[in-house]
Amino acid sequence: MTEAALTQIHQQVMWNRLIAVVEEQAQAILRTAFGSVVREAGDLSTGIYDLQGRMIAQAVTGTPGHVNTMARAVGHFLARFPVDSMHSGDIFVTNDPWMGTGHLFDFVVVSPAYHKGNAVALFASTCHVIDVGGRGFSAEAKSVFEEGIRIPHMKLRDQGRLNEDLLRILEANSRNPVEVKGDILSLVSCNDTGEARLQDMMGEFALDSIEPLAEFILDNSRKAMQKAIAAVPQGEYPTKMVLDGYESPLTLRAVMRVMEEEILIDYSGSSPVSAYGINSPLCYTEAYTFFGLKCILAPEVPNNHGSLSLFRIVAEPGSAVHPLPPSPVTARHVIGQMLPDVAFGCLAQALKGQVPAESAGSIWVLPFADTGQGTSRFNVMNIGMGGVGARPGKDGLSVTAFPSGVGAIPVEVTESDSPLVFWRKEFLPDSGGPGAFRGGLGQVIEVGNTVAAPFTISAATFDRIHNPPRGREGGHAGRAGKAQLVSGMAFADKAVYTVPDGDRLRVELPGGGGLGDPQKRDRQRIRQDLEAGYVTPKGTTRDYGCSDG
Amino acid sequence: MNDQHEIRLAADIGGTFTDVVLEAGSQSFSTKVLTTPQAPELGVMEGFEEVLVQAGGHASDVTLFIHGTTLGTNALIERKGAKTAFLTTEGFRDILEMGHERRFEHYDIFLDKPEPLVPRPLRFPVTERMSARGETLIALDDSGLLKTIEQLKEARVEAVAVGLLHAYAHPAHEQRIREILAAELPEVIVCLSSEVCPEMREYERFSTTCANAYIRPLMSGYLQRLQALTQERGMACPLLLMMSGGGVTTLENAVRFPIRLVESGPAGGAILAGKVALECGVREALSLDMGGTTAKICLIENGVPERSRRFEVARMYRDLKGSGLPVRIPVIEMVEIGAGGGSIAQVDEMGRIKVGPESAGSEPGPVCYGRGGTRATVTDANLVLGKLDPERFAGGKIALDSGKSEAALTQGIGGKLGLEGHWPAAGVIEIVEENMANAARVHAIERGKVIGHHTMIAFGGGAPLHAGRLAQKLGISRVVIPSGAGVGSAIGFLRAPVSYEVVRSLMVEFREFDAFQVNQLLEEMSAEARRVVAQGIAGSNDFPEERVVELRYLGQGHELRIPLPDRPLEPKDAETLREQFEELYEAVYGLRIPDMEVQSVSWSVTVTTKTEVPEKVSDVVEEASALPLSHRKVYDPLAGEQAECPVYWRFDLNPGVRISGPAVIAEEATSTIVPSHFSAAINSLGHIVMQALALEQKND
Repeated sequence: MTEAALTQIHQQVMWNRLIAVVEEQAQAILRTAFGSVVREAGDLSTGIYDLQGRMIAQAVTGTPGHVNTMARAVGHFLARFPVDSMHSGDIFVTNDPWMGTGHLFDFVVVSPAYHKGNAVALFASTCHVIDVGGRGFSAEAKSVFEEGIRIPHMKLRDQGRLNEDLLRILEANSRNPVEVKGDILSLVSCNDTGEARLQDMMGEFALDSIEPLAEFILDNSRKAMQKAIAAVPQGEYPTKMVLDGYESPLTLRAVMRVMEEEILIDYSGSSPVSAYGINSPLCYTEAYTFFGLKCILAPEVPNNHGSLSLFRIVAEPGSAVHPLPPSPVTARHVIGQMLPDVAFGCLAQALKGQVPAESAGSIWVLPFADTGQGTSRFNVMNIGMGGVGARPGKDGLSVTAFPSGVGAIPVEVTESDSPLVFWRKEFLPDSGGPGAFRGGLGQVIEVGNTVAAPFTISAATFDRIHNPPRGREGGHAGRAGKAQLVSGMAFADKAVYTVPDGDRLRVELPGGGGLGDPQKRDRQRIRQDLEAGYVTPKGTTRDYGCSDG
Repeated sequence: MNDQHEIRLAADIGGTFTDVVLEAGSQSFSTKVLTTPQAPELGVMEGFEEVLVQAGGHASDVTLFIHGTTLGTNALIERKGAKTAFLTTEGFRDILEMGHERRFEHYDIFLDKPEPLVPRPLRFPVTERMSARGETLIALDDSGLLKTIEQLKEARVEAVAVGLLHAYAHPAHEQRIREILAAELPEVIVCLSSEVCPEMREYERFSTTCANAYIRPLMSGYLQRLQALTQERGMACPLLLMMSGGGVTTLENAVRFPIRLVESGPAGGAILAGKVALECGVREALSLDMGGTTAKICLIENGVPERSRRFEVARMYRDLKGSGLPVRIPVIEMVEIGAGGGSIAQVDEMGRIKVGPESAGSEPGPVCYGRGGTRATVTDANLVLGKLDPERFAGGKIALDSGKSEAALTQGIGGKLGLEGHWPAAGVIEIVEENMANAARVHAIERGKVIGHHTMIAFGGGAPLHAGRLAQKLGISRVVIPSGAGVGSAIGFLRAPVSYEVVRSLMVEFREFDAFQVNQLLEEMSAEARRVVAQGIAGSNDFPEERVVELRYLGQGHELRIPLPDRPLEPKDAETLREQFEELYEAVYGLRIPDMEVQSVSWSVTVTTKTEVPEKVSDVVEEASALPLSHRKVYDPLAGEQAECPVYWRFDLNPGVRISGPAVIAEEATSTIVPSHFSAAINSLGHIVMQALALEQKND
C-alpha cells in the first residue's frame, strides 16, 4: 500500500510538472518571437513526447491546429531520424505541409532531451512565421512550389552547432528575413528550456526513464476518453456543410461512426482539391476534427496521445480534406477550421441539446502589403474574428476565435508597423444568428492608408460570405460575411485585391448561428440586447417578431 | 511607554480582517479586527484604538500612518464600482469588450469572457483620430463632444474614462477632452489613458483606464473619510498609501490613481520579506505568502522585490491567465495561485487530485472548524497529517476536529482513489505543494532566475507549514520564517519607502540613439516623480532615483529591463546598454541574435526616499537548548510515513537554540514544520532559520 500510494501520488505530481514544463516552453516563444502573429496573437504550440513519438503533454498556450498536427509530425521526424541516430544538442526542423502542420509558414522543431547520457524524451514546438517567399499569404499559388521555400526534414542544430547555412537560405527567401530568423531561433531556445526542466524533474524523482510515467498518463487519459465515448449512442451520423470555396463551392461530407471504444469520421464524398491554396492536408484535417470531437465529448480530459488515439479519420486522397503534394495549401485553415463545426453537425444528432450552433469558423487573416508604388514598404498581418455559435443555455461569444486558439493583434501595433490606418473595428449589430440563444456577433473592420498609395489585401481566407454559419434546433443562421471596397466593389472570390489610393477596405466578419426557436428567447434578454445595441429595433422586429422585447 | 513619543502606524484592510500594527521605538503591537465593508474606516479606527491602548500612547504621537487596502480589488471583483462612461475614438467603442478576442481555455465551449467594466450603452465614440506617428488625421469634433456630454449628464455617470488610439504618445486630444469635460461636467471624475497608462496596445490601456475611473469615486471617498476621522481623533501626520509597486504615496496621488493601490496588501508582504532578506544577509530570496485563499510568490534581489507592469485583476475562471481584466500599472511581480489553507480538494473525472482555487473561506471554513464545512481543504489535510495542533490552533479559539477532517478526506478523495488512512491527506498536500513549486519554478524562469540559489522567506498563516517541503522540491537549502509573520503585510508597510514611478513610451532604435532627446524625457519624468515624493516627505530633497529602460530586439513584442546609470546619458552609452541587454537576453533565453537591432520601448524613473538598511544579524548567537512541549506523529513526505516528532512552542525558544528535523515549532497562528534533513535555529531577531543539512555540511 505504502509504496503504491506514494508512486501514485508522485505520478500525479510529475504529470502536473510536465504540463508546467511545456507551458514554460510556450512562454519562452511568446517572449522571444519577432512576428506579430506569434508574439501578439499566439500562433504557436509546444509539447513533450516519449521516445515512441507519443504526445504526453501540450501547453495551455497555443492553437489546436498546431498541437494536434505536431502530435503526428513527431512520428515523421522519427521515421527519418531514429532516436538512436540523435545526439545531445541536435535539433531537427521542417516546414513541409504534409510532414508538419499543414502549410509552409509553420516551422516545426523537434529535439531529443537527454538525461544521464541517454535520450529520454522529445520536445516539439512550432510557430507561424510571417513570410516564406512565394506568393505570400494568399491562395494564388497553383502548387506548393509557388507557395514559398520548403525545408525537408533536416538538422537545424547539429550537436550544438547551428546550421547557419539553412538560416541564411531562409533569410534570403523571405520578405521579412529578420523576423523569420528570430522566430526560428526562439523555437530553438524554447526546446532547450524544456530539456533543462525535464532534467531537473528526473533528478528530483530519481528517474532514468519517463516511459512508466508516459504509460500512466496515456493510460489514464485513454480510459477517460473511452468512458466519454461509451456515453455516446453507437451508430452512424452523417452530415454535410457547404463552403464558398474559391473557384466553386466546396462540400464537406462526413459520417461519424460511433463504435464501442472508438469514433471514426469518414470524409468520403467531400469535394476534390481546389486549384487554389485552400486545401487542408490530412494532418490538419485530423487535428481540427479531433479538436471538435474532444470539445463536446471530454473537454476536461488532457489532450495527448492517449485521449486522441481513440479517434480516427478517413478521407479520399486528392480531396480538399486530403490533398496530395504538390497541391497548394497556404490558406488551409479555411477548410480545416470549419471541421469542428462538421464534427458538431454529427454529434448534434447523437447528443441532442448538447451541441452549439455553427460559428464563423476560420479566422480571416488580413495580410496587407504595399504595391511597390509610393515610398512605404510593408508586409504586415492582422486578424479578424467573427462570432461563435450559440451554446446550450448561453448566447455565443462575440468576436472570438473558435476553433483557432489565436488572439487579436492590436490596431496600434499594426499601425506602428505600417502606414495603414484602421478606421473602424466594432461589433456588427444584428449579425448574431437569432435563436432562443443568440449567436455571437461578428465585427466590421475598415482599413485605409495614411500615405497616398494603394495597398493589397489577400482575400484567401474570407469564407462564409455565401454560406453563413447555420443555426441549430430552430435557431437561425448568423449574418454572412462580406468583403468590399468602401467605394462599393464587392470581392468576388479569394484573390488578392488592390485597395486604390484614397479608398478603404471593409470586411464584415460572420456572426455565429442561433440555437433554438427565436420565439422562445427570453424577453428580458431581447431587451438587454436592444439596450446594448447588439440588435437594432428593426432587426428585433424581423428576427423575434417584437420591437421592444 | 513613557520615553517613546514617536508612533508609527500601519493598517491593512483585507477581505476578512483588518490588521493594524503600531510601532513605538523598538516595541511593536498588533491586532486583527473584522473588516467593516460598508465603512472600512470604522474597522481601521477600531483597530487603531486597540493598539493605542495596548501601547498606552496618544493619537497626537503618531508621526507616520501608512495604509493599504484591497477595497479597490474587491470593487473590481464584485463589480461594485462607480457608474463609469468611456469615451473613445469613433469606430472603436467595442475594443473594451472584444478584449484579446481569444478563448483562454481551448476545449471549454461554455466559457465566458470577462464582462467589461463599462457596458456598451455607456461607451461613447468621439470623432477624432491621431496616427501612430502623431499626425492629426481627424481633428477633435468639439461640438459632437458637447452632444455626447448631454448624454453623460442624462445617464448621471459618476466617472468618465477617456481612451483614444495612440494617446500613449500623442495625448493632445485626450487633454482637450478633459478641458471640455471640466467646463461642462465639473463634478464628474475624468481619467485619461495617456496619464493612467501611457503605453501602446489599446485593449490593455483602455482596460486600465476604465478600472481606474471605476474605483476612483469609491476609493477617494473612503480615503478622504478616513483622513477626516484620523484628524478628528487628533492625528496630525499625513496619511500615506501603500501601492502595488511597493512604494508609498500621498493621499492626493492615490486619489488620482487608485488603480495603483490594488495589490497593496501582498506588496506589503513582499517589502517585509525584502527587509528580512537584508537582515539575514540574503542576496537572492523567494518570498512565500500563504493565507486562507491564495499563495503569493515573489522574487527578491538584494532586498528589493522584482517589479513589473503587467497584471490581471478579478480572474473569473480557475485562475487562468486571460480570464481577468488586464491592468498595466507598476506592481511587485508576483504569482498568485489558488492554494491557501481553505482551498478545497477534490478528485476530477481523470482520477486526479485537484486543489483550489475554490476556497471554503472563513465561512464555512475547513471541515475541522465544525462550522458546517463538508468539503475537505488543505487545512484538513494538514491536521490529519499531524502538522497542526488541534488544541492550540488560533490561540485555542477554534478547537479543530480531526475526525471530521479525516472523514471528509476519506469520502471526497480516498474513496475515489482507493487510498486509506492518512494517504488521501498526503496526496492533497503533495499536490498543493507541487502546485506552489510549479508556480515558483515557472515564475523564476520567466524572470530568468535559478531558483535553487534562493533563500525562501515564508510568512502568512499557511506558509510555515509547507515551506520546508517546498524548499526540498525546489532545491532550496535555506528557509526563514520571520517573527510576527501573521500581520506581515502591515509590518511591511512600515518598511516601505515613499516612492513614485513614472513610465513613458519612447521607441528609439539604438543605431539612431539621441542622448539629448532621452535625457530631456528622463528629466521631465524625474521632476514629476520628485514632486509626488516631496509631498509625502517634508524637508528632505535628497531622493535616490532608479532609472530603467525596457529593451528588446527590434520586432519583438516583449522586453527586458536594463538599469540606466544615475547621470545624464551620453552617446556612447548606447553601446553599453546594448551589451547589457544582450548579456541578459542570453542568460534568460540561452542565445543572442547576431546583427539584430536593439530598440527601447519604454523608460521609467522611480524616485524613492532612502530606506534604512537593517543591520545584518548573525544566525546563531549562542548555543542553547530547548525542551519540547510534547511529541506527536507527523507525516514525513520523503519517507512516506508518519513519524514521531517533538513539538516546540516558538516563544519558549531563545535566540541561539538549534533543533533538528523532523520537528514542529508551534505558535498561535501557525506551525513551522522542520522536515527531516533540515535543522532550525532561532536568530537574534527571533526569526526561525531552517537549513538543509547536506548543504550545510558542504559549506562548513
